[in-house]
Amino acid sequence: MNIGTRKILDRSFTAVGIGSIVVMALALMIVVVPIVYNGIGAVFFTGTVEHRKMLHAEFKRGDSQNLDSEVASTDRYRAKVYDMLTGFEAELETMAPEKKTEYTAKYAQVQSALRALLGPLPGDPEPMLTRFKYGQTRWEKAEEKLHDLLYESKWDNSNSSVMSKEFFVSRAISFEGTSLARLFPYVKENLENMLHPEFTFYWGFITDSSVDSHFFGGIWPEIQGTFFLAIGAMLFAFPLGVVAAVYFTEYAKPGFLNSMLRSANSTLAGVPSIVFGMFGLAFFINTMKVSESKSVIAGALTLAIMILPTIIRAAEEAILAVPKTYREASLSLGSSKWNTIATVILPAALPGILTGGVISLGRAAGETAPIIFTAAVSVGSAIGLADVFSSPTPALSWNIYNLASEHEAAAQLRHVQYGMVLALVTIVLLLNLSAIVLRARISKKLKC
Amino acid sequence: MLMTTDMRKTSESVPGQKSTREIYLPPQRSTITGGGNAHIAAKEFSIYYGEFEAVKKVSADILSKYVTAIIGPSGCGKSTFLRAINRMNDLIPSCHTTGALLFDGEDIYGKFTDEVLLRKKVGMVFQKPNPFPKSIFDNIAYGPRLHGVNDKKKLMEIVERSLRKAAIWDEVCDRLDKNALGLSGGQQQRLCVARTLAVEPEVLLLDEPTSALDPKATAKIEDLIQDLRGSYTIMIVTHNMQQASRVSDSTMFFYEGILVEQAPTAQLFTNPKDSITEDYITGRFS
Repeated sequence: MNIGTRKILDRSFTAVGIGSIVVMALALMIVVVPIVYNGIGAVFFTGTVEHRKMLHAEFKRGDSQNLDSEVASTDRYRAKVYDMLTGFEAELETMAPEKKTEYTAKYAQVQSALRALLGPLPGDPEPMLTRFKYGQTRWEKAEEKLHDLLYESKWDNSNSSVMSKEFFVSRAISFEGTSLARLFPYVKENLENMLHPEFTFYWGFITDSSVDSHFFGGIWPEIQGTFFLAIGAMLFAFPLGVVAAVYFTEYAKPGFLNSMLRSANSTLAGVPSIVFGMFGLAFFINTMKVSESKSVIAGALTLAIMILPTIIRAAEEAILAVPKTYREASLSLGSSKWNTIATVILPAALPGILTGGVISLGRAAGETAPIIFTAAVSVGSAIGLADVFSSPTPALSWNIYNLASEHEAAAQLRHVQYGMVLALVTIVLLLNLSAIVLRARISKKLKC
Repeated sequence: MLMTTDMRKTSESVPGQKSTREIYLPPQRSTITGGGNAHIAAKEFSIYYGEFEAVKKVSADILSKYVTAIIGPSGCGKSTFLRAINRMNDLIPSCHTTGALLFDGEDIYGKFTDEVLLRKKVGMVFQKPNPFPKSIFDNIAYGPRLHGVNDKKKLMEIVERSLRKAAIWDEVCDRLDKNALGLSGGQQQRLCVARTLAVEPEVLLLDEPTSALDPKATAKIEDLIQDLRGSYTIMIVTHNMQQASRVSDSTMFFYEGILVEQAPTAQLFTNPKDSITEDYITGRFS
């Protein structure tokens, strides 16, 4: 091969390499940027007075005097709205019957739009569900609801060959000529006065329990459940995995059985996680009866089985990478085999073993399928440490799925979903980062 | 035994004068085999790697408190023989032996021999310096701790004594808590010697201890061997015939697994009995 071709090959290889890294970085950006942007929105956002009302009522947080004066000020602006409603109700009585029927239906829509925006109307009975007790707590949601109030959504299906199209009709126009027509420009003008939007740093999103299945409040039960499950899995899998790796590398005699065990271990590492989930249900809950039904311990055991092969493999690699000379040195000083493993081999292999461990910890924190049947519930409060043997727990991975696909108001809770995703990504990232730091530290200590 | 003690007296009675080989020249081989001071004795001893016979029916006596060099071309079984003495060959699963290898009259490969106890008495220094990735202090204290010394003061004593014996104390005394891997190659090797001495062995096996070192560090290791002679039974495998002639009292020449010749060093190098030995030491093959 002449020098020209060789250089061209070299350069094209470099170009392809750089290209693939750029593609990867772009893909990562496309995924991560919206997660971070929207996830941060769950903690930092423009909150309304309704948010502060909710915080005070549900979590006893915030200055009640300030809140009282704020509520008084917003109520002054709202009172006018309610006056208009009462005025229109009186006007409705005087209308001709067919007109009255038409406007009653339209009026009901206005009422429900107002309830969604500002909370229960005066005279309404106390709502059963917390989600109806407050108006919009987030300003951008309030603006959406304002749009719902100002415009009626209608569907154009006149052309049957294309999909129906949504279009909006201004309610101010459909109420033209009645006393209620004034309401719409008034609400539009005075929405800020009625809701007092303020920049809010809601740190409680991380530490609060959820209220009324994530309509309000935070994601602490999920975060705690994730930690319980991941650390529980580690408590089982890590010692077991290291011991198994020591057996494979130091004690097992090469032969048929040994190679079978090793390939079984590799196969186990490739089994889909849902299979582990089914196994966990069938074995730990139904057969072993570690708990009556779903519980943290059953989930942790299932996750442990799932990450065990990875830990064994990582520990094996790390032990095999320890220079033979360390072993020789230790043995030649009159150390027993076990002592050599404990005092020389394992400490030298520690960085590798820990890296494998922490990566597995991250995986255990992020897996959904193994805990669906064994540990996870969609709604729940944080459980105590003593309850891990009997109670299931919410966990980030499962609740992200649940909230995004099965929750009745999935579309309204995007910020919570993103917040959870960001929390999970951050946890896994921090775990991996700590693995890197830990590894670097120990390696540095070992290398002088 | 008596002779050894006498000889030491001789060396100590001449202060300031570097001990020379003449003083330590071992007795003739006939007296060696007849004497009771054979520390290690091989009797028809063979070592196999699977089917391959790496060391073939070696019979030899290694004298107590003398320096014995083992020379021979690569692959002649000299390292294998050395590593058999503290059973480091156990690490190779296919390795097995026949015949007898006696240490203080006990069979090293006997059924009831405790190899851990054996290795405590038979220390080894390897070709490449292999300190643990721990502090200098912990490296030296590793062996004593293993054997039950935990008292900090006593450990410190042992560490200092061992490092002094290995002639490295002055270089490392102010950084005992630093990682041993930060030392130079030559220092690391002397540290390894000190680590072995800390266990207070009777025999010191050196497997090409200077092959990875520069001439200056090599000279220091050789000086060290000179200093230790008389206190330990030392066996050194080396490719360097000058080194063998410089440091050893007795030399064994291995060729293709066979012990061709064992004789006092001066005799083997000046007047070899076997023609293969002569070819080898004169550099006609290597």
